[in-house]
Amino acid sequence: MIEFKDVSKTFIAKEGEVDAVKDVNLTIPDGKIYGIVGYSGAGKSTLIRMLNGLEFPTTGSVTINGTEISGLKGSKLRNQRLKIGMIFQHFNLLWSRTVFDNIAFPLEIAKVPKDERKKKVQRLIELVGLTGRENAYPSELSGGQKQRVGVARALANDPEILLSDEATSALDPQTTDEVLDLLLSINKQLNLSVVVITHEMHVIRKICDQVAVLDAGKIVEQGPVLDVFKHPKQPITKRFVNQETGSTSLDDTNVVVSELLEKYPNGVIVKLGFHGDQAQLPIVSSMLRKFPDIDLSIIEGNIHQTQEGALGSLFVQLISDNKESVHGALAYFTTMRVETEVINREQ
Amino acid sequence: MNNNGLSSYFQFKNVDWSNMWGATWETVWMTLVSIIVVAILGALLGLLLFETSNSESIWAKVLNWIVSAFVNIFRSIPFIILIVLLLPATQAMMGTIIGPKAALPSLIISAAPFYARLVEIAFHEIDHGVIEAADSMGATQSQIISKVLLPESMPALVSGLTVTAISLIGYTAMAGAIGAGGLGNLAYLDGFQASNNTITMVATVIIVLIVFICQFAGDLLVKRIDKR
Repeated sequence: MIEFKDVSKTFIAKEGEVDAVKDVNLTIPDGKIYGIVGYSGAGKSTLIRMLNGLEFPTTGSVTINGTEISGLKGSKLRNQRLKIGMIFQHFNLLWSRTVFDNIAFPLEIAKVPKDERKKKVQRLIELVGLTGRENAYPSELSGGQKQRVGVARALANDPEILLSDEATSALDPQTTDEVLDLLLSINKQLNLSVVVITHEMHVIRKICDQVAVLDAGKIVEQGPVLDVFKHPKQPITKRFVNQETGSTSLDDTNVVVSELLEKYPNGVIVKLGFHGDQAQLPIVSSMLRKFPDIDLSIIEGNIHQTQEGALGSLFVQLISDNKESVHGALAYFTTMRVETEVINREQ
Repeated sequence: MNNNGLSSYFQFKNVDWSNMWGATWETVWMTLVSIIVVAILGALLGLLLFETSNSESIWAKVLNWIVSAFVNIFRSIPFIILIVLLLPATQAMMGTIIGPKAALPSLIISAAPFYARLVEIAFHEIDHGVIEAADSMGATQSQIISKVLLPESMPALVSGLTVTAISLIGYTAMAGAIGAGGLGNLAYLDGFQASNNTITMVATVIIVLIVFICQFAGDLLVKRIDKR
C-alpha cells in the first residue's frame, strides 16, 4: 500500500516559490492500477517521482508498505529503489547496450550473479514479447518495442511497484494500446501494483482501476474509474472525461440541442447514461412500447469499455403532448438503473 | 647542393634514413605515452568537472571552481611558453630537460586540461533521462560512472581523444624545436639549420601521415562503437 500524507512540494524558481504539489493525501491499494491524470505542469511527475526518491516532499510523508520513502537516504534509498520499477515517456534506454544488456542492467546494479541474470533476462524477454530481438540495439527498435524493453527492464528486480511516467505519451494510438495491454497483463499475472501518470484519459479508461485528478498540484477528484467517468464532479474532470468519451465535440452536440429545443418546445432532451449490463439491454424500445404517445429522436450516442465494464451515453429527444408520459418515461429509465439528465434550454 | 629551387625538396640522397626513422619513432613514442596519460588524467578531471558542476553542495562548488580555474589557466598558456615555464619542474621530475622523456610533462600538462573539457562536454551531452533511470534503479555513483557515463559517451570520448592526439603531434614538433627530439627536432636542426630542405620535406610528410593514420583510426573506432 502506498500512502501520501499531507504531501507538499515547493520549488524555488527565479519567479519565486512554486507549489508543484500541495496537500496531497492519497492511498493506493496493492495489486491495482492507479491512475493519476492531469495537464502538464499539474505536478503529476513530481508526485510519482516521490515514490522512488527522485524528489522529496517539502512537507508530509510518502510511505510504501510501511517504509517511509521520504525519510530514506544513501544505501537504504538505493535498496528501496531496487524494489520499484519505473518506465519513462522517452524510454531512457542505454543506446550502447543491446536489448538483452539493457534488461540486464538493473540486475547488474543489484549485483545478481551472471548465470541467474541470463535466465531472468530470457524470461523477461519472453514476457514482453521481444523474443528474437535480444541482440538488437535500441536504435534498431520501434517505439513500442523500446517501451517493451523499458517494461522488461523495470520488472527485472521483481519490483513491488511499477511506476509509469507518461509511458505511452510518445507512442502512436495503436502502439499505445499494445503497451497498455502489456501493462494490464503484467498487473494481472504478477499481481503488481502499478501507478500510472498520464494526461490521456484513454490510458485511465483502458487499464486503471482507480483514478485521481490532479490540478495545479492538488487532487481535485478521486475514486473508481467507472464512477469518475459516470459522474465527473469538477469541471476539469468533465473536460478529461469528455476528451475520452465525447465521440463528437460537446460544442457540436450543444448546437444541435439548442436548435431542437427551439423547434420542438414540447420536447424534452435527455442524456441517458448506461453502464455495465444496462448498455446491452433494449431499454429504449421497451420504454417506447410502454409510452406509445412519445416520439423519440436520437441525437448522439457512444459507448466505451473500461476495466469495470462498458460505459455509454445517449442523447435523445422525447416529444409528446402529454407531459405525464414524458415524466413516466423518465421514471421508467430510473427504475431500469439508467441515469437521466434533462438538458435545459439554459445549458 | 641546390638550396633554392623546388628541386631542393627532392634531394633524397641527402636524407639519413636511420636518423629519420629514429626521429619518427621518438615522435610516435612521445605522442603515445602522453596521449595515454592525457586520456586517464583528462577523463578524471572531466569527470570531476561534470560531477561537481550540478551539485548543490558548497564543497562541490569550491572544487569545481578550483579545477575549472586550473583547467582554464593551463589551457590558455601557449605551449612554447609552457615548455620554458616548466623547465625547472621538468628537470626535477625527469632528471633532464633534453630528449623525448623531457617533453612529456609539458605535453601532458597542456593537453590534459583540453581533453578534460572535451570529456565534460561529452558527459553533459548524455541524455539526462538515462542517468535518472539508472538512479531510479538504485545505482551507486560509481555504477553510474562505469555503466552509464563512460559507455554512453564513448564515441565522443574517442573522437575527443583523436582531436587531442592530433594537436599533441603538433606539440611534439614544437617541443622538438627546443630539444625534445623527434621529427620536429630533425626538421629544425638537420633541415632548417643545415639548409637541407629535403629533410624538412620528408619530416613534414611523415608527420602528416601520422596525423592521417591517427584520424582514420579514431574515425573507424567511433563508427564501430556508436550504435545510435
